[in-house]
This record gives sequence, C-alpha cells and structure tokens, in this order.
Amino acid sequence: MAGETSKVIDTKVLWGGNRSPFSMSYGKMMMWLFLVSDALTFGGLLTGLGFFKWKYADMWPNSEEVFTHFPGTHASLPLLYVATMTFILIVSSVTMVFAVEAGHRNDKKNVIKWLAWTVVGGVVFLGSQAWEWSTFIAGPDGLFGTADDTNLLTNFFTKVDGIWTQGPSAYGMFFFCVTGFHGFHVLSGVIINVIILINAVNGTYEKRGHYEMVEKTGLYWHFIDLVWVFVFTFFYLI
Amino acid sequence: MERDDLIVNDQYSLDLAHSEEAGKVIRKKVLKVTVLLTLITAVEIVMGVVWGKSLAQTAPAKWEVIKWIYIVLTIIKAGYIVMVFMHLGEERKNMKQMILVPYIAFMIYLIWIILTEAWSVTAASAL
Repeated sequence: MAGETSKVIDTKVLWGGNRSPFSMSYGKMMMWLFLVSDALTFGGLLTGLGFFKWKYADMWPNSEEVFTHFPGTHASLPLLYVATMTFILIVSSVTMVFAVEAGHRNDKKNVIKWLAWTVVGGVVFLGSQAWEWSTFIAGPDGLFGTADDTNLLTNFFTKVDGIWTQGPSAYGMFFFCVTGFHGFHVLSGVIINVIILINAVNGTYEKRGHYEMVEKTGLYWHFIDLVWVFVFTFFYLI
Repeated sequence: MERDDLIVNDQYSLDLAHSEEAGKVIRKKVLKVTVLLTLITAVEIVMGVVWGKSLAQTAPAKWEVIKWIYIVLTIIKAGYIVMVFMHLGEERKNMKQMILVPYIAFMIYLIWIILTEAWSVTAASAL
C-alpha cells in the first residue's frame, strides 16, 4: 500500500513534533490501543479456561460430543455447525476488507455495498449463535432434552450426590461467558457498522475527503474475527 | 473543531489512498488469504471429527501432537488476520512493536503462571 508508513524518515524528524511518530492518525492509534486492552480481556478469559481444563482434565466434556447439532436434522454432526459459524464470520471479515479497500479509492458505491454485506454477515452470525445457545440448553437434542442419558454432560448445572460437579458446570459457565462476551462484541460491531453505513450513504465521508472511519470500524470487526479464531480452537477443538 | 485524523501538521491520513490498479492487487491478495483461512479451518474441523478430544484419555501422546498442530494453525490464522486484514504488516515498525511486543510478552507470562498454578492445584488435590 506504500504511502506515508513506508517512507524512510529520520528519527529526529519523526519524533520532533508536529506529526505522528507512528505515521498514524490519533483516532486509528487509539482504536489499536483499545483492541490491545480488549485482547488482554479475552486472553484472561481463555487462559482462565485453560486453568480449569488442566485442573479438571479427567471430567471436562469433549466438545465434539457436545456440539453435534445442526438445524433441520437430528443426525449427529460434530463441529459442523460451529464450522459454518466460523466460515460466516471469516466471510464477513473479508467483505469488511473490501469495504476498507474501496474507501481507500474513495469509491462510495462499493463502500456501501461491502459494508452492507458485512452487516448481513454479522446479523447471520448473531442469529446462529442464538440458535446454538437455545439448542445447546433446551432444544430437542440439547443437554436437558437427553435427561435419561447417564453421560456426564447431563449433570451440567445440577448436583451429583449432593455435590456440585465443578468440571461440567464450569464448562457451561465458560461457554456462556466466553461466547456471550464475544457475541456482545459482534452485536456492538454490527451497531457500529450500521452507523458507519448510514454515514457513508449520507455522504459524510465523501465531504470529509477520506473513509478512515470505515478503516477504524474495520479494525474492530477484524478483531472480532480474530477473537473467534481463538475461541474456536480453545473452546471447540482442544 | 479538533481533528483526530491528522498525520503531519494539517495533512489528513490520505496517504493510505491508492489507485484502481493497486486496489486490484490488494483484492487478489485478500482473496488468496480468504481461501487459505477457509482451508485451515476445514483441516481443523476434519481433524476434530476424526481425532476428537476423547483421544486425550485413550492416546495421550497422539493427542499432544494434535493439540500442538491446532495451536500452530490458530497462530498462523491469527497472524494472517492481523497482518493482512488489519494491515498491521503495512504500518511503521515502531507501531507494530508497540502493539505486538507488550501483548505477546504479557500473554506468555499469563499462560505460564496460570498453567503452572493449574498443575500445582491438580498435584495437591491428588495427594
């Protein structure tokens, strides 16, 4: 992409004032710093999950035995649904890259088109998560739906012989906490994208002369995809 | 009004703007990365279905290898998202360092201390 960031500039000039030493605008740099702090929050949640997995290694449920549901069928299809969700999020991340790229060419029409598709992707992901959450708990193949199963998973939020089964109940807590916190980010990301889309349609960024705002929200949206990559591995696979 | 999109004195962050031809190259690169990310995810899913977590009980040594393959694939995916999708690879070197160095250093410490604690707790409860 070249431009300002690849120019060789003397350190004295770079840090001499009257310019950004990072060749980055204040708003974009602050978005990056926010994402670092947010990534630390998710890092804390996922390492906490790692702690419980090690502590209760012998009773922690296997994800490929938990997430076996797929809409429209009662067949056991392990991990397929979450794979679809991952694919939806990756695709919506890609449409966001295209929106940012169109913004760099001041191409209003394409910014609107790709940003709209990104919003659609985000909404579909949120809907998928709502389905997963409801099916996971109470659906026909959900955990409470298989009450006669002696599997460890049926003791999700209940006591065994009067004692809380820490492993499985912690599993449920981590599932809803981690995917819920991520889902909250997706929800806020969709709302922010809609606001930016309305601004783009109204020509706010055309008047301003650049579409950096699309780039900033793009950073946030890619971050959501990035977090999901880690949630997917450390919750669903390992 | 104070502006938050200036880079040098009163210049806006317009240097990131590029031409139609450059845009084509970028879109091609993005599509390549998309295919790669999708393929890695597909490989992970197939591995998850064929060699599930139940291996951790039946064949711990094999599971250890598969687990590390998952972690490496995840870090590759994360690298592509941060460097290509988020354009961090195209930012100035001091910016890259400011974002990555503190985060990676802190996370390595956190993972180390948490896993050490988990092992100690498990060892203590086994007594």
